[in-house]
Amino acid sequence: MMKNHVRKILALAFTTTFICLTLSGLSLAADTIKLGVAGPHSGDLASYGIPTIKAAELVVKEINAKGGVLGKPVELVVEDDVCKPEVATNTATKLVGESVNVVLGHICSGATKAALGIYKDSKIVVMSPSATNPGLTQSGDYPNFYRTIASDDAQAQLEVDFALNILKVKKIAVLHDKGDYGKGLAEFAKKFLEESEDAEVVLYEGVTPGAVSYAAVVQKIKRSGAEAVIFGGYHPEASKIVMEMRKKKMKTLFISDDGVKDDTFIKVAGVYAEGVYATGPKDVSQNEMTSIANDAHKAAYGEDPGAFFLNAYAASLALLNAIEKSGSTDYDAISMALKKEYVDTPLGSIRFDEKGDATGVGFSMYRVKNGAYYEVK
Amino acid sequence: MDYFIELFLGGLTRGSIYALIALGYTMVYGIIQLINFAHGEIYMLGAFTALIVAGILTMLGWNQVAILVIASIVAVVYSAAYGFTIEKIAYKPLRQAPRLSALISAIGMSMFLQYYVLLAQTSNFLPFPNLIPDFKFLEPIEHIVRSSEIVIYATTAIVMVLLTGLIKFTKIGKAMRATAQDRDMAMLVGVDVNKVISMTFIVGSATAALGGVLIASHTGQINYYIGFIAGIKAFVAAVLGGIGSMPGAVLGSLVLGMSESFFTGYISSDYEDVFAFLFLVFTLIFRPSGILGRTDTDKV
Repeated sequence: MMKNHVRKILALAFTTTFICLTLSGLSLAADTIKLGVAGPHSGDLASYGIPTIKAAELVVKEINAKGGVLGKPVELVVEDDVCKPEVATNTATKLVGESVNVVLGHICSGATKAALGIYKDSKIVVMSPSATNPGLTQSGDYPNFYRTIASDDAQAQLEVDFALNILKVKKIAVLHDKGDYGKGLAEFAKKFLEESEDAEVVLYEGVTPGAVSYAAVVQKIKRSGAEAVIFGGYHPEASKIVMEMRKKKMKTLFISDDGVKDDTFIKVAGVYAEGVYATGPKDVSQNEMTSIANDAHKAAYGEDPGAFFLNAYAASLALLNAIEKSGSTDYDAISMALKKEYVDTPLGSIRFDEKGDATGVGFSMYRVKNGAYYEVK
Repeated sequence: MDYFIELFLGGLTRGSIYALIALGYTMVYGIIQLINFAHGEIYMLGAFTALIVAGILTMLGWNQVAILVIASIVAVVYSAAYGFTIEKIAYKPLRQAPRLSALISAIGMSMFLQYYVLLAQTSNFLPFPNLIPDFKFLEPIEHIVRSSEIVIYATTAIVMVLLTGLIKFTKIGKAMRATAQDRDMAMLVGVDVNKVISMTFIVGSATAALGGVLIASHTGQINYYIGFIAGIKAFVAAVLGGIGSMPGAVLGSLVLGMSESFFTGYISSDYEDVFAFLFLVFTLIFRPSGILGRTDTDKV
């Protein structure tokens, strides 16, 4: 039995090596631009990774039909990392070994972080359509990393910018519901407010979800003299706080997140919801590129695209555009092009900032008016 | 000083809300020593019934006070019927069983009712109309105390007085006290114990339903889960005040509501529950049967 297994494994190993060698030999000979695609392509989280492969395939097909990049055809090198950091380092090593020019991926923040060091040492640009961990770009540890999705703290940043620059409030109360999502956002909002020094955080508190009344917290907001409340959490608590404030005749502005940008909030809070601000994902359905990408997916695979498809589509376009515009596959040239050249994508016309986040991608501010949310321009 | 008064009134509202639920808890416990975990769900059912009735009556164009009265009556009757039925189905067959079995049956009943409403209605929060009219004379101080709060204070006080009167001065009250003291002996002297227990559940459920209507009208939203958290808090309040005692339940509820309100107001709401339960622990260390609980030794 044992022997049999060993023999099988050996046979498998030999064949794989052989295939790999042949493949790499072939591709070297053909002289192509290699786009690595990494992410979970099997296992529990495969549904997050597979739409990215499809997006890359569609983009590459279209670009190759137009003559490729720098006159060379683009070739995909797809590797599975099953969303696990320990696998992701192997995936990265493999892609580096395949001498890919740029990498689209990885999908999960943890796996991305584990893999980034390897790409960094090899001077390869990596762009993720989905890794939202703020540190990936903001820590400055990974200058080779870019992404086409907003980071977790983008909503908090937008809330704070909106409060300071558009509403021009000076005293802000930051509240949250003690949950991972709500508290996380509130902590970022507090940090940004303190860093800006334009406004004062007069109150920072957690409320207990489901409590029968928030009267005491609302009194506290009133006493703190806050002109606006930034709330991190979901709509049931938000509607209770807003209703309590309005019934107590307080005009304090209320700014919240996409946990509150939900029609149930308006239904429950009724007239009291009027004037409430909430951030939510930017509406890209009107973009021409969005319908092109979605239609191409439907034509090729006969179904609607999955998670992060548009972000991956945008990332593939951005990477290949940067190579074309910079005229080489050199790391520094590509980095420069990503930061300078705007590219038309389903997410709008984007480029990347110093830290590697796509500009103009992410969230918009919405305001309740006549019982519905409208984007604040 | 204004801030203190506002926190005080906020605490009073919270406490009265707990009290309306805690009264039923403590009454049932007093008579059959059962912690009726389904009590919070009765409160939730009351609120849902009132929401449906109020919706229909609003469509028919009735005025606000009539809607409040009719919706409350329907909710009270409907919930009392639920209380009666629950006792017959879930607790009566277990009356001779160990107390733990009845407790588990109560937890099961609570979950059953929650998920029944979840499936029959919705898991979403629903807006609850403001059934309590705004009193004209309150307008100048409306930012401090709302009319719905005044109604809640008054109802809690009236319900407490009526229930105490019922138990102290009526025949059924006497039978309840007898059943509470010694069920077998009460049976021997001719008290219809089954009737007494049914009556207890009906009265307890009716107060919970009344609470449901008033509180939902005050907070303006309900969902299938509101009974659980309110029920737990009311249970804590009942234990704090001395479970089995009516004034104890009200006192315990007020103490709990006030302490939460002041703790939130002067220290932090992050730890309001921690503080509420710490307070309970310390009270029980020094007064094991609660603030107003009788300290008689357990019956053997």
